Amino acid sequence: MTRIDTTFARLKREGKKAFVAYVMAGDPDYDSSLELIKALPAAGVDIIELGLPFTDPMADGSTIQLAGQRALEGGQTLDKTLQMARELRKTDNDTPIVMMGYYNPIYSRGVDRFLAQAKDAGIDGLIIVDLPPEEDSELCIPAQNAGLNFIRLATPTSDDKRLPKLLENTSGFIYYVSITGITGAANAQAADVGPEVARIKSQTDLPVIVGFGIKTSEAAEAIAGVADGAVVGSAIVSLIEQGKPVPEIAAFVKSLADGAHRAK
Amino acid sequence: MPDDILNSFMTGPDENGRFGQFGGRFVSETLMPLILELEAQYERAKTDARFWAEMHDLWTHYVGRPSPLYFAERLTAHFGGAKIYLKRDELNHTGAHKINNVLGQIILARRMGKTRIIAETGAGQHGVATATVCAKFGLKCVVYMGAHDVERQAPNVFRMKLLGAEVVPVTSGRGTLKDAMNDALRDWVTNVRDTFYCIGTVAGPHPYPAMVRDFQAIIGKEAREQMLAAEGRLPDTIIAAIGGGSNAMGLFYPFLDDKEVHIIGVEAGGKGVNDKMEHCASLTGGRPGVLHGNRTYLLQDEDGQILEGHSISAGLDYPGIGPEHSWLHDIGRAEYVSITDIEALEAFQLCCHQEGIIPALEPSHALAHVAKIAPNLPKDHLICMNMCGRGDKDIFTVARALGWEMQG
Repeated sequence: MTRIDTTFARLKREGKKAFVAYVMAGDPDYDSSLELIKALPAAGVDIIELGLPFTDPMADGSTIQLAGQRALEGGQTLDKTLQMARELRKTDNDTPIVMMGYYNPIYSRGVDRFLAQAKDAGIDGLIIVDLPPEEDSELCIPAQNAGLNFIRLATPTSDDKRLPKLLENTSGFIYYVSITGITGAANAQAADVGPEVARIKSQTDLPVIVGFGIKTSEAAEAIAGVADGAVVGSAIVSLIEQGKPVPEIAAFVKSLADGAHRAK
Repeated sequence: MPDDILNSFMTGPDENGRFGQFGGRFVSETLMPLILELEAQYERAKTDARFWAEMHDLWTHYVGRPSPLYFAERLTAHFGGAKIYLKRDELNHTGAHKINNVLGQIILARRMGKTRIIAETGAGQHGVATATVCAKFGLKCVVYMGAHDVERQAPNVFRMKLLGAEVVPVTSGRGTLKDAMNDALRDWVTNVRDTFYCIGTVAGPHPYPAMVRDFQAIIGKEAREQMLAAEGRLPDTIIAAIGGGSNAMGLFYPFLDDKEVHIIGVEAGGKGVNDKMEHCASLTGGRPGVLHGNRTYLLQDEDGQILEGHSISAGLDYPGIGPEHSWLHDIGRAEYVSITDIEALEAFQLCCHQEGIIPALEPSHALAHVAKIAPNLPKDHLICMNMCGRGDKDIFTVARALGWEMQG
C-alpha cells in the first residue's frame, strides 16, 4: 500500500471524490513554492502533483511551460525538487506526492539512482508524460519494483484496443486527459468525459482521475461527479504567474477542492 | 565489417524503432495511436509499387531528379589532393534536399486521408518544401518556425506565404528549431483527427527517423550509381553536413555496407565546441538523452535540461541529431567532426569563387571539412560531398557576417 492507495481507501470510506492539485516545483522560487506546497493539504488537496521543470514540455501549454522556465531561472534542480518533498514530509506523512514531468531529467540522473532518491524523499508515484507503455522497460517497471506507483495517462485517443496495454503496468490511479490537446487549453466537458471514464472503469478497478481543462470550482465539481476525482494545474499556476501571495492561492485551491468534494 | 545480411548496418531500426539504444517512441499517450497508425501505413506503402511509382514520377518531373554528380574541377585543383565530386541536391525544386522527403510524407498523408499538414522548420527549407507540395496537392499547410529564425530567414518566410502556407512564429524558448518542433507536436496533440505532422529530418519518434531516411536515400542511391558510371568504382569518402541529419543519412544509408567507403558527418561547431556550448555539435559535445520522441545525443546540462545551441546556419541549429547517426557514431561506422562558423563562411566564399555555385551555409560546413582533408589525400582518392542546398536564403546572413551593407 502506497500513500496513494491509502488515500483512495480513505476517500472511499468518506464517500468523497479526490481533489488533485498540480504545482511546478520551484515556481517562482524555491521558498515560496515550498510554502505553497505545505499549504495544500490544509486547503483540501488529497494528492499533490509536483511538477518537475523541463526546458521542453511538449504536452504542456504556455502556462505550465512558463512556470517551468521561471523555476529553472530561479535555480530549481532535480535535487531541489526532491528536497521539497523531504521538507513536506517533515510535517505531513499522509498526503501523497506524485512527481509529474518528462523523462530526460530522470534519465540524465540515472533511473536506479533517481528511484532510490525519490523513494527516500517520500515521493509516492510518477507521471512521466513522454513514456508510453511501449517504453515501459525504461522507468515504469523499475519504478514499480522500487515501490513507486507509475500512473498512466489515458486520452480520448486511447481506444478499447489500446486500453488493456495502458492498464497493464499502471498502478495508483489512472489520469484521464479530458481533451486531445495541451494543458490549460480547452474546457473539459463533463458530458464528454463521463462515458470515457465509464469505458476505462469497465476495464480496471483503479480510480480514474480527470485532468486538463478544469479551471473553476464548478468545473471541478462537475468533472469529479463523473469520475473519481479531478486535477487542476494551469488555473493554479496562473495565479503564481500573476504574483499572487500564497494565502490567496491557497484560498483558490480550497474553492477547487470544495468543488470536487461536493461532487457525489 | 559485415559481409552478409545478418551483420548488415542497413537492417535498423528494430520493431521498437531502436538503432541500438537510440531512437524509440518517447511521446505522450495522445500521440501514440497516431504514430502506430503512421507506422502501419508506411509499412504498407513501402512495399507498394504504386507508392514508389508516384514518388519517382514526381521526383523526375516535379523535383528534377536525378540531381547531377558534378566533378568540381577547380576546387580539386585548388586543394591539390583528392578528386572532389559534389552531389547537386541544391538543384532540386525549392533549392534543397528537403523536398525528397516531403513528397513521400505528403503522398502518405493523402493515402491516409489527412487534409491538414503541419511542419516545423529551421532555416525554412523544409517549410518551403512542405508549403510547395501542399500547394501542389491543395492541402492546408501550417508551418511552425522559431521567431528568431523568422527574422534571420525572411526570404523563406515570404516564399512560404506566397505558397499559401500559414507561418506561425514560435516565441517560446529561444525561438529556434527545437521550440518550433515543440509547438508542432502541441498542434498535433490537439488536432489528432485531420492533421499529418510532416517532420523534416531523421529525428522524432519511430517511424520518422527510418521513414525520412528511406525517402532521402534516393540521394545516396543516385550518387552510388553516378560514381560507378563516372569512375568505375565507389567513392573513398562520402561527406555531408548534419543538423538533424537527413541529407547526411540520405547520402550515407546506401553506402553503409560498403566497408571500403569512409563516411564523415560534419556538425555545426558554431563558435567552437569547447566554448561554453556555443555550438550545435550534439555528437562531439553532447551526451545521450531523450527529446522529441527519441533517445539520441543531445546538448544538455548536468540536470538533463536541454541547452540552446548556436550556429550561423539556422538549418543546423538543433540540440539533437537523428538517432541513427548516434548509433553509427557509437559503433564507429561513421566519423563525426565539427566545423566552426568562421570555417564555414570561408568555404562558402571559396565555393562561390571556384565553382560558381553559391552553397547554403549547411553544406558549406561539409565543404570546410573537405578543405581540411582533401589537400592531404592522394589524387586518386574520390570524395563525394552532398551539396544539399543552395545559398540564396543565406545571402543576408553572410553579408552581415562579412560586414557588407545590404538592403534586406
